[in-house]
Amino acid sequence: MEVVEKDKKQIRQAHCEQELKEFIDSVKDMEHGDSYLIAVLHKAQGLYGYLSREVMDTIAQQMQIPTAHIWGVATFYHYFNLTPPGKYVVSVCLGTACYVKGAPQILDAVRNELKIDLGGVTEDRLFSLQLARCLGACGIAPVVMIGDKIHGEMTPQKVVDVINQYRKADSAHSTGLASSPRATKK
Amino acid sequence: MSKEYIITICDGTGCIQKSNAAIRKALEQQLKDHNLTNDVRVNLSGCLGMCDKGPIVVINPGYTIYGNVTTNDIPEIVEEHIVKGKPLARLAIQEDHLYNRFFRIFGDAKFFGKQMRIALRNCGIIDPENIDDYLSLRGYEALAKVLTDMTPKQVIEEVKLSGLRGRGGAGFPTGVKWQVTARAGSPNSPRSTSDEKYVICNADEGDPGAFMDRSAIEGDPHTVLEGMIIGGYAIGAKQGIVYIRAEYPLAVRRLEKAISDAREHGLLGKNILGSDFSFDIDIRLGAGAFVCGEETALIRSIEGGRGMPRPRPPYPSVEGLFGKPTLINNVETWANIPVIILDSGKWFSTIGTERSKGTKVFALAGKVVNTGLIEVPMGTTLREIIYDIGGGIPDNKEFKAVQTGGPSGGCLPAKYLDTPVDYESLAKAGSIMGSGGMIVIDQDSCMVDIARYFLEFTQNESCGKCTPCREGTKRMLDILIKIAEGKGEMYDIENLERLGNMIKKASLCGLGQSAPNPVLSTILNFREEYEEHVKDKKCRAGVCKKLLTYEITDKCVGCDACKKACPVVAITGTTKAKHVIDQNKCIKCGACFSKCKFNAIIKK
Repeated sequence: MEVVEKDKKQIRQAHCEQELKEFIDSVKDMEHGDSYLIAVLHKAQGLYGYLSREVMDTIAQQMQIPTAHIWGVATFYHYFNLTPPGKYVVSVCLGTACYVKGAPQILDAVRNELKIDLGGVTEDRLFSLQLARCLGACGIAPVVMIGDKIHGEMTPQKVVDVINQYRKADSAHSTGLASSPRATKK
Repeated sequence: MSKEYIITICDGTGCIQKSNAAIRKALEQQLKDHNLTNDVRVNLSGCLGMCDKGPIVVINPGYTIYGNVTTNDIPEIVEEHIVKGKPLARLAIQEDHLYNRFFRIFGDAKFFGKQMRIALRNCGIIDPENIDDYLSLRGYEALAKVLTDMTPKQVIEEVKLSGLRGRGGAGFPTGVKWQVTARAGSPNSPRSTSDEKYVICNADEGDPGAFMDRSAIEGDPHTVLEGMIIGGYAIGAKQGIVYIRAEYPLAVRRLEKAISDAREHGLLGKNILGSDFSFDIDIRLGAGAFVCGEETALIRSIEGGRGMPRPRPPYPSVEGLFGKPTLINNVETWANIPVIILDSGKWFSTIGTERSKGTKVFALAGKVVNTGLIEVPMGTTLREIIYDIGGGIPDNKEFKAVQTGGPSGGCLPAKYLDTPVDYESLAKAGSIMGSGGMIVIDQDSCMVDIARYFLEFTQNESCGKCTPCREGTKRMLDILIKIAEGKGEMYDIENLERLGNMIKKASLCGLGQSAPNPVLSTILNFREEYEEHVKDKKCRAGVCKKLLTYEITDKCVGCDACKKACPVVAITGTTKAKHVIDQNKCIKCGACFSKCKFNAIIKK
């Protein structure tokens, strides 16, 4: 059983590497090829969920750009994760509209419920917590985004209920009873 | 069966004299020939008033008005409009402007009553993923007009005539920017010798609480593309780039679809519409850095680097992307271009105030009944926006301030409610137009806290390149936190003002130059609140936690719920007797307050 799991992981890893390489090959010889670095990093994060040191080294070799420069770019932009996130990323929106409608209380409620701070990951690796600076859904403020799904008009109680739904769906999924609410693959 | 079309023939004295009876006869004959008498109703109406253009025939649905109709035109009208469903452009009277369509559909609802939709004219009306929908509302007609009838110079003159100013917030005259970029790179220009140029659409909408660009692209991506292609033609560029936030996946997807549809229709790519003008558009994703809304930082980011600004001049119009002359405009600015070309710059300049022409899109949010996206003519007052369109403050609460311009703007109190919305008036009142975020704040928000909130944002987003912004915002934030925690002194307020003005003058880019605005404007307009925090150690809105005290009143029935909720065991009292909070132990977490079912706990 364990061996099968390990094989699967390796196959997936090889697949990701291949896809990333193909993407880099498609852009690096274009005019101003270096300028596609951010697009490449987006692609890599889409495949792996985060940007590890190893992935950055690979990109550096394939694009012929120093890792130091890539590191500089990856750390400059908030969108890139340098550590693996939880299975569900919980983004509490702290845009102005959400803020005046009580986002700080929502954030406190999520912190208490998950027992992690901003940037943290829960022990079961199910959730990680981050801030969002406006998701553009100000009409239904305050909002929380879990995975790629936006939950609007939250209250401290409602957000806990929503988190519990994800927990429930996930445990049901892992025992093979129901499908997870996560809409897309990571 | 219901009739599919209603054809109304004007039966006023003027049209009668112009032999409308013959037209009616010819029409009925044609309908009979096409076997359509059951599908079409023919009406007579009183005078429509357009007597000089008689005889008049109106076809509904669609409000198509045909003028100077002769009996010879009838077969064509029936064949094209009724059978094929395509209004006959040759005879249709196109006196109405593009934005009017919106009024016909939504004009009656109060929310839309004071709006005027130019940039958003198609949002909510067309299917944004269907290019035919856009084409049917005169989409890409402006592009065709520009390519066939206008020289690049004439296009620039038209934009200049319109008085359009940059909608990203700074309000630089768009036509002038186009002219400078068009001239750059010409043999007479000292700087650049290359003829390569770029057009960029800035869709890196980073202001928290603003969603204008996102909605505009999600609702009508083609108008932005059309504007960019026209811009490319005017300045002589071959390549356009849309720089958009990665946080807006739907907008990105719609834009991708729009670009590929436009290519398929020959509206993008080589030899657009058979002309010798070629132009293409690419999408580049941002990655969550607020400073990339600044044009030189944005260019750096497209080039694949850390998005840090550089000193200007040289301006991007002379030396921009990859060192080439580059024309950068905001999404909303681009969306206005097709209308200016079709309806003329002169007409556009009749809307708005003396120095601010046209309309402005605002994302209305916060403590207001109708939150959402609105577009109003320049010069509309804040009161009209908040009360007539926004429906006022919910739950009968009191209006306290309106915040415009996001982290670069300011908060205006009730006395400025009658300020007309335009670049100069808002600046005079101590705020800015900004890109269009408008947040309404009520009595429940503390102005010191709002200032702290915005400064925390800009401090966090400061790229760190120049010292005044990097260090200055940090120091200002420290002082604000000190005040919010009740440890402030009166000189702290003066220090904030001094430091703020210094940062404004000394910072490299727009982020630093405007970062102190929320603090300075709240000190200017709500100084008494700052003083209360400092002198009386009180926060009147009950937001600043450290200044709050929770107390249990006589309403307490002794249910023990609060006692159990308190994480630091600060509440004592026997069951069924009034409880007490030990203020020395209390950490002001509010757990007891939210647990109490009898409203016995109050915040002071």
